[in-house]
Amino acid sequence: MSKISDNFLDIGYMDDLAGKDSWLHRLDPRAKLITVIIFIVAVVSFDKYTLSGLIPFFIFPVALVALSGLPAGYLFKKVLLVLPFAVLVAIFNPLMDQKVIFHIGSLGISGGWVSFLSIILRFILTVSVALILICLTGFNAVCLALSKLGLPKPFVVQLLFFFRYLFVLTDEAARMSRAWALRALGAKAIDFKTFVSLIGHLLLRAIDRAERIYLAMRSRGFDGRIRMIRAMKINSREFIFGIGWSVFFVLLRFFNIPVKLGALVTGRFS
Amino acid sequence: MHMADALISPAVGATMWAATAGLIAYSAKKVKEETDDRKVPLMGVLGAFIFASQMLNFSIPATGSSGHLGGGMILAILLGPYAAFLVMASVLIVQALFFADGGLLALGCNIFNLGFFPCFAAFPFIYKKIAGVDPAPKKIMAGAIIGGIVALQLGAFSVVLQTVFSGISELPFRTFVLLMQPIHLAIGIVEGLVTAAVVIFVWKARPEILEASRQSEPIGPININKVLLGLLAAAVIAGGALSWFASANPDGLEWSMFKTSGKEELEGGGGVHASAAVIQEKTAFLPDYGFKKSQSAIEPEESVSQSWPAIDPGTSVSGLVGGSLTLAIVFLIGLALKRRKIAVP
Repeated sequence: MSKISDNFLDIGYMDDLAGKDSWLHRLDPRAKLITVIIFIVAVVSFDKYTLSGLIPFFIFPVALVALSGLPAGYLFKKVLLVLPFAVLVAIFNPLMDQKVIFHIGSLGISGGWVSFLSIILRFILTVSVALILICLTGFNAVCLALSKLGLPKPFVVQLLFFFRYLFVLTDEAARMSRAWALRALGAKAIDFKTFVSLIGHLLLRAIDRAERIYLAMRSRGFDGRIRMIRAMKINSREFIFGIGWSVFFVLLRFFNIPVKLGALVTGRFS
Repeated sequence: MHMADALISPAVGATMWAATAGLIAYSAKKVKEETDDRKVPLMGVLGAFIFASQMLNFSIPATGSSGHLGGGMILAILLGPYAAFLVMASVLIVQALFFADGGLLALGCNIFNLGFFPCFAAFPFIYKKIAGVDPAPKKIMAGAIIGGIVALQLGAFSVVLQTVFSGISELPFRTFVLLMQPIHLAIGIVEGLVTAAVVIFVWKARPEILEASRQSEPIGPININKVLLGLLAAAVIAGGALSWFASANPDGLEWSMFKTSGKEELEGGGGVHASAAVIQEKTAFLPDYGFKKSQSAIEPEESVSQSWPAIDPGTSVSGLVGGSLTLAIVFLIGLALKRRKIAVP
């Protein structure tokens, strides 16, 4: 449970990071969103045995972090936290695919280990870029970008409501959990009957709260739309950012720079 | 049961994105048509409720493990399938963005697996048929448990299919199915039980909530055929648009399918598997191809451009050396940018 509440603290912290100011923060969220998606597609479209081709892609997250002043250590830790999941699924590859595909000295490396490492690299790349996107942009701006890109209005509005009340209801659930723990004499998890009653009451309160919110907003003129102050504009800056990176990703996708670089170096030294 | 970006191919990711986007658009249209805007705040708050409720865990007797409320079914019961699907989608979006649960490309898969099956399969065809018209505790219990099992079995199977079609994980289809289905049978039963218990609680305390949500649904059977047809169209279009990709690179959909079925050697391997094995042999690039190449590692230009999608052991030495160099360069650039950043303000 403590892990989950830590996660919620994280949401607040990440939203705080998004409130900072740098030219990357100020960039139109649509440009960032689309660039990130192109990056992810480029990364995952590699063949499953690709290792060296993936490495140059690290320049994107590294540059974003360096230029925006986001805390690199924090992001790194967050990626590490979810890494076990990828390891769990990828670990079957070395077991299933034992064909040796190349040698380093006398050590034979099987295809399974190569694809295992490839999955880990992909995972680190895609996860870190998605986290950086939200830390640079903030949830509300991402929602706004999605709505400008054609996501249906009712969906966006309820998404914004959802994010806003996430914190309120989480507090309420945490209070309930604490109240239970104080009365439970060291029991580890809630028994089923109590659990149902707790959740049921949480649900009833949530429904009542929704009703109150609706009435309060209605009396202030809510018409089913949410308006935002910050106007979004695609300028030359957004163009350069989006097109520049995208072209770069496509180049990296089709030209394996590390292999060429390695050939250059080994060719010179051998 | 979340899919991750690292495990899916772009073709699978895009197909599921197209399917999910279609479903979201359709559901949003339906929600707009069938309800007043009162429901929109309710949807958002209930999404937050699902999230918050997952902070509370209950102990499962005699197992030592604990469980929590999953979401899809109870949302469908309280809100109706369309609104529930939208709420489920937003819960998964937040999980993907903040907790890196799954990923952006896999988001389509995840919304489909965890949203579509409970909202558009288990709820209308099982729960509503059993407990819909005149709810009573026993009917709610039966409907929710069977519905939970069906939704999670379908969802788990869908995860297996997406993984196998992507061909990134080496896990053979049969092993994966045997691993996933029993686990999700247990999860489905627990999920159904919790859902039923909470719905019964609400039904006893405030029956009008269930009453109201039932009435706000469209009358008569849900037109699932239309949804499925649209879905199919979206999948075909996306699949077709991306097939150039799959055929240009042998890491596409078909290839991975052939590869797993060829490797697996199912006993009853009939015509399809036999021919698949033939194709697999033809497309196999591993057998003693690499070691010839490794001698010509000095001319990587040619080998890179020719056999680029395949693993090319010939270039792997240069790849190793160059890869470490590139990594070093990347971080040097990062450091330089950072230093410049500090110097400027």
